[in-house]
Amino acid sequence: MSNIQDITKPEHLVYRKTPLLTDNVMHYCPGCTHGVIHKLVGEVIEELDIQDKTIGVSPVGCSVLAYNYLDIDWAQAAHGRAPAVATGISRLHPEKYVFTYQGDGDLASIGCAEIMHACSRGENIVVIFINNAIYGMTGGQMAPTTLLGQVTATTPYGRDPKLNGFPMKITELLAQLDGTCYVTRQSADTPGAVRKAKNAIKKAFQNTRLQKGTSFIEIVGTCNSGWKMTPVDSNTWMRENMFPKYPLGDIKDI
Amino acid sequence: MAKFKGAIVVDNEKCKGCGLCVVACPTKVIELNPNVNGKGYHYAWMKNPDGCIGCASCGLVCPDSVISVYKMSVES
Repeated sequence: MSNIQDITKPEHLVYRKTPLLTDNVMHYCPGCTHGVIHKLVGEVIEELDIQDKTIGVSPVGCSVLAYNYLDIDWAQAAHGRAPAVATGISRLHPEKYVFTYQGDGDLASIGCAEIMHACSRGENIVVIFINNAIYGMTGGQMAPTTLLGQVTATTPYGRDPKLNGFPMKITELLAQLDGTCYVTRQSADTPGAVRKAKNAIKKAFQNTRLQKGTSFIEIVGTCNSGWKMTPVDSNTWMRENMFPKYPLGDIKDI
Repeated sequence: MAKFKGAIVVDNEKCKGCGLCVVACPTKVIELNPNVNGKGYHYAWMKNPDGCIGCASCGLVCPDSVISVYKMSVES
């Protein structure tokens, strides 16, 4: 029998942290989906070898500090305005790979106009949209994507459609716009889902290379602190409650 | 006998003990260590190292990218 020292040799390494991620310890809560998606973005940039050609635009929200973790060029936009900033960057530098990284409070609520018109114009950018159905950073308030009946800090008796309206399926809305070339919804709760999400992100960056238009990737994620659950329970809750409302898969691919 | 032997190396001080790798492991190798790291988290460790097949499922789902996975083929 071989012991662990024999196995953990450099030539046997099959998976390690991508060098695109810095050594900073992420400020995210344990089990946060943001960490997985940061890693996937880093791995895709590493595989496509576009580290010096990629510019990210970070939002307002938990992922505002994304520039601390991915070793690429970043800009930081005002709340919800990341697609507008990315529009300017991609028009000035059409040879660069420009992506925005936004949460649901940022993109679906205050930034709804910006994302609609950026997609309508068909800007050559990638939009990564993390949907965890809650405002995580500010303390778990209701977001446009909060499910009916879901308890948040501002809907303590559950989201009531008469008072708070219905959850918004923003990805389906954006798929109807002619400017988008690739619209998909993915998850990152299981190893298989993580692989699919990585392929989706890779395809989106390749669309940028081909100048095809806006690629939009929604990642259905968890906010275990906001939902008041353990990370493992959050994933179970997400599969049982979020996936029926936000079904996974490609919505548009041209 | 298994054709592959695997092992993981966890960066104990960076692990936040979320437990996602524990449920992702198909061979039930990983558990949270009863001891805690400097931040007070129960970090992940290989409780049953003989079962590891080096599939890297734990590394894929780890939000903090603290898991490195090694895999070697063994003669049966």
